[in-house]
Amino acid sequence: MARWGMAIDLERCNGCQACEIACRSENNVAVGGPQVAREHRTISWMRVHTEIEGEWPAVRARFVPRPCMHCDRPPCTLVCPVEATSVDPEGIVNQIYARCIGCRYCANACPYTVKSFNWRSPQHPASTLPGLNPDVSVRPVGVAEKCTFCSHRLQKARDQARVEQRVLREHDYVPACAESCPTGAIVFGDLENPTHRVAGLAHDPRAFRLEEGLGTQPKVYYLSRRN
Amino acid sequence: MTDFETVARLPQDERTLLMPLVRTTRIFWMWAAVMAATALWGGFAYVYQLRHGLGATGLNSPEFWGIYIICFVFFIGISHAGTLISAILRVANAEWRRSITRSAEFITVLVIGFGAVQPVLDLGRPDRVLNIFLHAQAFSPLLWDVLSITLYFTASSIYLYVPMIPDLARIRDLGLRPHALYWFLAIGYRDTPSARHALERLIGVLAVAVIPIAVSVHTVIGWIFALTLKPMWHSAIFGPYFVIGAIFSGIAALIIAMAILRRVYKLEAYFKDVHFNNMGLLLFVTTILWFYFTFAEHLTVWYGGEEAELATLYSKLTGPFAVPFWLMVACCFVVPFALMSRRATRGVIGTTVASVAVVIGMWLERYNIVVPTSLHPRLDAAHVGYMPSWVELSIMAGTLSGFVLVYMVATKFFPIISIWETQEGREKSVEEVSERVASYLPDDIAMVDS
Repeated sequence: MARWGMAIDLERCNGCQACEIACRSENNVAVGGPQVAREHRTISWMRVHTEIEGEWPAVRARFVPRPCMHCDRPPCTLVCPVEATSVDPEGIVNQIYARCIGCRYCANACPYTVKSFNWRSPQHPASTLPGLNPDVSVRPVGVAEKCTFCSHRLQKARDQARVEQRVLREHDYVPACAESCPTGAIVFGDLENPTHRVAGLAHDPRAFRLEEGLGTQPKVYYLSRRN
Repeated sequence: MTDFETVARLPQDERTLLMPLVRTTRIFWMWAAVMAATALWGGFAYVYQLRHGLGATGLNSPEFWGIYIICFVFFIGISHAGTLISAILRVANAEWRRSITRSAEFITVLVIGFGAVQPVLDLGRPDRVLNIFLHAQAFSPLLWDVLSITLYFTASSIYLYVPMIPDLARIRDLGLRPHALYWFLAIGYRDTPSARHALERLIGVLAVAVIPIAVSVHTVIGWIFALTLKPMWHSAIFGPYFVIGAIFSGIAALIIAMAILRRVYKLEAYFKDVHFNNMGLLLFVTTILWFYFTFAEHLTVWYGGEEAELATLYSKLTGPFAVPFWLMVACCFVVPFALMSRRATRGVIGTTVASVAVVIGMWLERYNIVVPTSLHPRLDAAHVGYMPSWVELSIMAGTLSGFVLVYMVATKFFPIISIWETQEGREKSVEEVSERVASYLPDDIAMVDS
């Protein structure tokens, strides 16, 4: 069985945020606007964090794109009182928006702060309405949400493979962020399948995971920068 | 003959303790109106929140929990006043408990609902609250919490009701209005020696049973925080720390209630200086325990020196939360320690002042647990603050007033000091206690040898 994971090469990431935009439009993430941003209530499933290193003039900016880590031992699923979030057999941490009671325990339990909450009814400006993705449900007010590794794409890819009577290939299922990355910094695939690039990158000497010491066993690997 | 005339002719204990049931002053109505108005305002604020979503609060990301969760821990903590303190005093055979237990038990039963409702007020989707039963996920500490609070509410309601039956039967026999209420609640009790004996045995069993249940409630609330990996939440001490904090604030709330009841219902003869002194001693002991736990917790974090933990710790010691933190230390330790360590200040006024400080301090303690940790996530500490909105503050004021209102109303229907236990104290205890003390004394050696 597959175990989906991601590798993000920090050497290649140039902070262009194409992944953020692609994710936003792929997953119907609500458009907040300046007021929501001021209130620190922006919803985003993929966010490029910037870390400034050093003193001027020897300053370097480090970009760290951060989606949900899809932990093998996710703290968020354990605490959910209604099992509205759980790990599926292929390792994707999924969400049931129609069941979530909005207690935000998962958001508090997540050490990576990748969960967002719909504080108000999500807004989609009229100009974006024709572009909404019919494959992804629009979330109502009062529920938590986060990156799903675009798991709707997996369903579609699997259906397509079945119709064509073939096995799923590596490039059949790629989340929107990985697909849109112009520098190819984001690599996605099956960590258990040695023919997938991500399986090799996860064992790269540069590979590390965020807050590894917490024992959450994330499936998002980062490749550190060569100096 | 009116109810008032009936009660006015009774002997002292029954006359004094039943008087609030038949005579209501204008000041009572005034306060009741203020409380009802504030509670209604809180209700309006909640309707506003229902219409606008949790966006009506001051919460944000990463400050996912705020006033509601603080009040949840605070009110459930207050609820430990009653059942636990009353049960411990009963089990320990503390004779001075007799005039205190009823008012304590009423606090528990009446405040627990206002505490338990807070997480529901905090839900993004209160319409789906029944999913907790439909899709129960047994590993969630929130689910354990629902169970333990339900159990605690049930047990403490029974524990309030059973020792009240002889008084209810007495009121029924006196024919006070509303007849149907007292007839129904007295469940046909006749005060015979065998009935009294059975009742006392039942009370004895209940008193023992409610203690572990009460301990479990606040332990589980502590675990809600401790079972996450968050800095300064993920701490093994949180279960017992929360239990001590709950008892601490519970004792303080009870002393405040006693001081008010004493004044408004002229119960000086029942809530005597010795009661305040003894409660003050309990407050003193829990003050020291609270300090010990708080010190142990903060020392461990500081000495361990883990980066994420230290960021949270220093935000409390010297950072943006220094004011609530040191105010908490003053209210929970300096004031009660200074006042309760001396007999001269363990009178009515001294204990009441210390208790008000402790109640405020324990609210701040929960604030200092919830907010600084939320604002210091392990990754990228956000430069975000948290300012509660008018909705949150209104609901907090509303629930507090709601509790005070139902407590006021309860004193109008039920004697707030147990009549039969007071009488039993007069009739039996003096002799029993003398016998008990005599049994502690050394036996006559000549008699033992033979």
